[in-house]
Amino acid sequence: MRYEAPKTMKEASALMAKARGSAFILAGGTDLLVRLKSGLIEPELVVDIKRIPATQAIARTASGFRIGASVPCAALGRNSALKKAWPGVVEAANLIGSDQIQGRCTIVGNLCNASPAADSVPALVAAGAKVAIVGPKGRRTVAVEKIPAGPGRTSLKKGEVIEAIVLPKPKPKSGDAYLRFIPRTEMDIAVVSAGVNLTLGPKGVIKSARVALGAVAPTVLLVEAAAKAIVGTRLDDAALAALDAACQAACRPIDDKRGTAEFRTEVAGVLARRAARIAYQRAGGK
Amino acid sequence: MSGILVATTVNGDAVEFVCQPRETLLEVLRNRLGLTGAKEGCGTGDCGACSVTVDGALVCSCLVLGAEVEGRAVDTVEGLAEGDQLHPLQSQFIKHAALQCGICTPGFLVAAKALLDRNPDPSEEEIRYALAGNLCRCTGYDKIVRAVDAAAKDLRKQGRKA
Repeated sequence: MRYEAPKTMKEASALMAKARGSAFILAGGTDLLVRLKSGLIEPELVVDIKRIPATQAIARTASGFRIGASVPCAALGRNSALKKAWPGVVEAANLIGSDQIQGRCTIVGNLCNASPAADSVPALVAAGAKVAIVGPKGRRTVAVEKIPAGPGRTSLKKGEVIEAIVLPKPKPKSGDAYLRFIPRTEMDIAVVSAGVNLTLGPKGVIKSARVALGAVAPTVLLVEAAAKAIVGTRLDDAALAALDAACQAACRPIDDKRGTAEFRTEVAGVLARRAARIAYQRAGGK
Repeated sequence: MSGILVATTVNGDAVEFVCQPRETLLEVLRNRLGLTGAKEGCGTGDCGACSVTVDGALVCSCLVLGAEVEGRAVDTVEGLAEGDQLHPLQSQFIKHAALQCGICTPGFLVAAKALLDRNPDPSEEEIRYALAGNLCRCTGYDKIVRAVDAAAKDLRKQGRKA
């Protein structure tokens, strides 16, 4: 195995593009090193991106926030502007692992590890986050939900490296929330999860919404029917019931040791309702 | 196989070592630098026995490559005491009998210090959350939590940082 720590995204991309064997990006390493040590992967090359300035900071921009790919999740929790703008995203990122893991793990790593149960991903999808990618053919920006292709697989092409997550500036009167179900209070993998982001118009009527579910399909799902179910409403009981039903209809979960498909489907609806209520309150609705 | 030359700071001292690309910081500390305080419990970032700080951030050294710490500042349990003078956390762990076999203790001490560095007056709940990444299989957690609480009080009384 070769270890490289380039100083620019271009070099990182070139190293990944030229690698003959399997090559992996190292940021926090909390997934990569576990897989490396267990022999699940035998990398020819590991490219540490933490020395690349463009990946190192959370920047406030004219259009929102840019969270560098090597920023540890703990740093999201310490950024009061980000926390105020996107509380759901920050809460989701801070749910991952212990303080030791928080000091290293990143949201881009969480995304690229491509687990359907990744905590930060439904919140990012609900927020309408995008990823800034540098590759051999230059730069491109795509929606977060386009990255996971299946468990452990991404749509990134050879040589493509994510530089940052780009979050929009929240619209006035909007709020987001993320909830997950685990059988204990912390330090566990989501059995089911839901992220909701919504914006209110006049009189507390929901003008737009995005609803995302985790751990109920091979990838995190953006459920447009669930968003439609609450747009135009004040999140009354009928709207919540319609949201619940739309979420359940979108679920394609598996049975495993963490939960049955039936359980996951039902809880997805419950969590979506609860997350929607929190988001609604955060948006200033009553 | 050629190694990677790494220049870093460990407990305030400039240190150079050569390591293999796959070698973890924990292996470097224990096998190359003779700092055997950090322990390997699980090797997968679940137990916290290998906790150290890198540039002040609490991490599991089993999930850090040795090569990554070039130019960083690594602090381990060996840096807690000042000469013969134990750190208040260490004294209170002894006083409260907050250890039995001792394997988890260095990790708990480093994690507790990281907590007190950013929060000198944590509640019991905050202590428990901050130490959730450290597993102990013999003492149980109550004595450990009480020892951390007592050390926090000592430090505040002395008006010093953790």
